[in-house]
Amino acid sequence: MTEMPMVRYENVSKRYGAFTVLDNLNLDVARGEKVSIIGPSGSGKTTVLRMLMTLESINGGTLWVDGEPMTHMSKNGRLVPADARHIRRIRAKIGMVFQSFNLFPHMTALGNCIEAPITVLGMGRKEAEERAAELLDMVGLSAKKDHYPGQLSGGQQQRVAIARALAMRPKIMLFDEVTSALDPELVGEVLQVIRRIGAEHDLTMLMVTHQMGFAKEFSDRVCFFYQGKICEQGPPAQIFGNPQNERTRQFLNAVLEAG
Amino acid sequence: MWDWAFTIDILPVLARAAVITVQATAIGFVIAALLGLVLASIRLSSPAAGLVVAILVELVRSTPLLIQIFFLFFVLPKVGIVLDAFTAGVLAIGLHYAAYCSEVYRAGFENVPRGQWEASIALNLSPWTTFKDIILPQALPPVVPALGNYLIALFKETPLLSAIAVVELMQRAKIIGSETFRYTEPVTLVGLFFLVMSLLSAGLVRVLDGWLSRRYG
Repeated sequence: MTEMPMVRYENVSKRYGAFTVLDNLNLDVARGEKVSIIGPSGSGKTTVLRMLMTLESINGGTLWVDGEPMTHMSKNGRLVPADARHIRRIRAKIGMVFQSFNLFPHMTALGNCIEAPITVLGMGRKEAEERAAELLDMVGLSAKKDHYPGQLSGGQQQRVAIARALAMRPKIMLFDEVTSALDPELVGEVLQVIRRIGAEHDLTMLMVTHQMGFAKEFSDRVCFFYQGKICEQGPPAQIFGNPQNERTRQFLNAVLEAG
Repeated sequence: MWDWAFTIDILPVLARAAVITVQATAIGFVIAALLGLVLASIRLSSPAAGLVVAILVELVRSTPLLIQIFFLFFVLPKVGIVLDAFTAGVLAIGLHYAAYCSEVYRAGFENVPRGQWEASIALNLSPWTTFKDIILPQALPPVVPALGNYLIALFKETPLLSAIAVVELMQRAKIIGSETFRYTEPVTLVGLFFLVMSLLSAGLVRVLDGWLSRRYG
């Protein structure tokens, strides 16, 4: 028996009214795999992450996380829609970093990183603070731990957001265009942190990105989305070096010209 | 004209009535602020219950406070709920302003960016923790000035309690007037009291708002 993937999208569909965002998506992400999702805006790539984080409902299909169905649960041998408790248990395995950081503005960097460990994991304050301090150190912000988000640059805020997500010890990390809201000179420091946690932690990562250079160098696999479907996927060398699909070629050419 | 001896004479009596006015204001506002928060929170958590709350709020806001006071004091006893004048009056004021305060809180909640809710979900915070630790601390500071304005408005409406014979400041002034046929001094003193207290409260609210926006802004 083959090992279940860390994440499985099985015939997943998402519609807004008559508009189909994602059409029968099938995607497996292996344990520890780093997958980049690229594609034009409106192609449904952010929705892929938001559904997994339970920020969006799905209209059809099943989401599997770590061998268990997330959207459904087994009751008396039958699959029924998952209740809140089941969803929270599965969701604990997933962390997410947002384009707009979404730090809690009324809490310090450290406060942002200890809130969930204390209230959700039931960790003691002292232990939570020690671990948060380690994580903030890892993202290069130990000197800023008592600063409020408003006192930090965009790049620093995003690094705090990464530390905050890691503090919950997720198995899966989702990065949703995490450098898109940053000034160009701040992009590097955030990508550096992602590189580092990719190397040091045994995390499965899914990222939606416009940083083609980073996707090429960092990911094990790149998925090109177009109009709610995976149009082409493969190792970065293939997607960027020798794309098979005409849409992929057009998209990459357009991005390269703009860059 | 103005009689200073008479003024000094009635001051202690009015001062005692002023205590009742301040009590009615304080208790009424605590009811308004807390119940308003509860009502706004219900609207936040459940659309169905929220609809019921919305209808109640609209009902209360669209009828005069005086009628509500009369209702609690004269109509409720018909169904066996007998309240003394002070209780009925303060309750009516509290309920009336709770409706207004709930709208203020609602605006506060709506002002918290969606991303804050999403980050809370991503961190797996429970709905209660999200509300208490994330949403409320961001929703409250910006609405403090609006709540403060309602505190002052509520305070200025406490003379309505004189209609059901609560001996607050206005009722005391009326009694003094009818006993002595002198209205100038008591009514002027009552007016001055409201003026000074309103200005003081407005100043306090401004100081509090300044502190909050430095702390949370």
